[in-house]
Amino acid sequence: MVKVLVGVKRVVDYAVKIRVRPDKLGVETANVKFSMNPFDEIAVEEAVRMKEKGYVKEIIGLSVGPKQSQETLRTAMAMGVDRSIHVETDKDLVPLSVAKVFKAIVDKEKPNLVILGKQAIDDDSNQTAQMLAALLGWPQAVFASKVEVIEADGKLKVTREVDGGLEVIQVNLPAVVSADLRLNEPRFATLPNIMKAKKKPIVTIPLPEVGVQLKDHLEVLKVVEPPVRPPGIKVESVDELVKKLKEKGLL
Amino acid sequence: MLHRLARYSSSHQRSVPRLNSSYSSKRNFSASTTQEHTGVSFDLSPQQLEFQQLARKFAQEEIVPKAAHHDRTGEYPQEIFKKAWELGLANTHVPPAYGGLGLGVFDGALISEEICYGCSGIGTALEGNGLASAPVIIAGTEEQKKKYLGPLIESPIQAAYCVTEPGAGSDVAGLKTKAVKKGDKWVVNGQKMWITNGGVANWYFLLARTDDTAPASKGFTAFIVERETPGITVGRKELNMGQRASDTRGITFEDVVIPDANRLGEVGKGFVIAMKAFDVTRPLVGAGAVGLARRAHEEAAKYAMERKTMGKAIAEHQAVSFILADMAIGIESARLAVWKACKEIDLGRRNTYYAAIAKALAADVANKCATDAVQVFGGNGFNSEYPVEKLMRDAKIYQIYEGTAQIQRLIISRHILDNLK
Repeated sequence: MVKVLVGVKRVVDYAVKIRVRPDKLGVETANVKFSMNPFDEIAVEEAVRMKEKGYVKEIIGLSVGPKQSQETLRTAMAMGVDRSIHVETDKDLVPLSVAKVFKAIVDKEKPNLVILGKQAIDDDSNQTAQMLAALLGWPQAVFASKVEVIEADGKLKVTREVDGGLEVIQVNLPAVVSADLRLNEPRFATLPNIMKAKKKPIVTIPLPEVGVQLKDHLEVLKVVEPPVRPPGIKVESVDELVKKLKEKGLL
Repeated sequence: MLHRLARYSSSHQRSVPRLNSSYSSKRNFSASTTQEHTGVSFDLSPQQLEFQQLARKFAQEEIVPKAAHHDRTGEYPQEIFKKAWELGLANTHVPPAYGGLGLGVFDGALISEEICYGCSGIGTALEGNGLASAPVIIAGTEEQKKKYLGPLIESPIQAAYCVTEPGAGSDVAGLKTKAVKKGDKWVVNGQKMWITNGGVANWYFLLARTDDTAPASKGFTAFIVERETPGITVGRKELNMGQRASDTRGITFEDVVIPDANRLGEVGKGFVIAMKAFDVTRPLVGAGAVGLARRAHEEAAKYAMERKTMGKAIAEHQAVSFILADMAIGIESARLAVWKACKEIDLGRRNTYYAAIAKALAADVANKCATDAVQVFGGNGFNSEYPVEKLMRDAKIYQIYEGTAQIQRLIISRHILDNLK
């Protein structure tokens, strides 16, 4: 029976209007609504469905972040995750560092499947799953839009969304999978499950105690808003449209 | 009669017999109470935030897109009811012993506000269960609670609070439906009206006169009546001004035979039981009104940022932005009044005065916000393609049901005067 580790990240809610901080080194996060990264919700949902089908024995949630990341883990547990680990840090870690922390936890907990969201909607890096697989020396199946168990404990058949269409691969466990948008539709946590999740355990480990060597190899120089979209031009006829496109060198 | 009604609703202890079941400081309506005085907090606990988030998301995704359809067709929102029920958003006060979550009134209010933000008609359909269950939770025997609360948790069915009559709404003491004892059964005859969930309920909480000459405090008895009992005729679904998704009907009782086992509480004590239910449900109805007001406010604010007149967004004209500000004043204060009424009863205290204030204020705020939202939308607001005319139609009933605006003021003024005597 498979033991799954699911990574969840606390990010600025997708519906929030993002504003750049006055110091131009990041976005405004004070008094802003945070939620679980939507792709991580899909990852949690997939793990819970696998457990309901009987392939998975235990789901462990993992989040690296400030104290409030525990709320994100509670939401994951309300959806069906059994227990959680919170690596506490107020620093913004780059994907490679997150992957190193995840590897340390994987080495300790020994899951045979790690499911992550394909990317976080705050930095859109789309790197952690791939780097984690490389650090672990495990196969990776990223951008998964369908996951099927071929042999319980043995292999997964994963359909991936790639630029050319869909690619179907087979991976041997242990493996790292990253969830893409169409993998599933995450459930609402029910009220009784929210209450039950309060009793599920969260273990907090301060980042220094995880025992990984982390180096900041990236420095944010500047964050600016995208340029305001210039107004469009209305044309009266198809001929005029063709003329304007030619003028702009687009035809 | 109004005087008697007010007396029972005031905080004056001696005229109200204390019901020992759930309404005492030992066993509170809520599963959790604060014993220590840690000072006032206006913050929600992490769990309350999660409840609120769940209800908000549910309303946004499941209710908002379908509300206009149910408003137009009057079709009962059974699908939405079922989904809410599956998530545990319905019947939240049913105690754990009967399969429920036993949430307090405050947590219920958080959920009510969010659901009614989506659609107050659909919210009323959900709350109908709460109103019918409240007297059973308050005064039911173990068998009655198992038999009638249990099924609400086991499947997405409805129940209804059946008290109002064509000739008696505020004047509860003037009810004419009679229950006459025959052996170990009661025979009921009468006519009820404006019963929410009347057409879909599986069982009714019924209030009937059992003693013609006694005053209201002794003359009524409460019953639980199963819908399928012979002699019950359910009228047509009434076409109302608003909250059209909700099912409202007249119900006729012709020689309906009810076993004494279905009598709820002691003979003659029905009036008090029926009124006690309002201490629980008035704050929730107030919360629903706050939800409607908030919806009106958000729609108006959004529109005001987009619509342009005289060279700028109408939100930048002070006349319009001041309307939005006044809406906010109403919403924030009404919500706090609702929260206070909820906390009082959750802590095991008599909350009738605060519940009346909360309901009265929230209902008036909802109506003002809805009317003002239509105003902000201008001509568009009057049109059914825009969401605010529905809010105005929906808001009116908040000043009428669950105790009219006038009854609430009677309750409040009686409380004030009783405390000065």
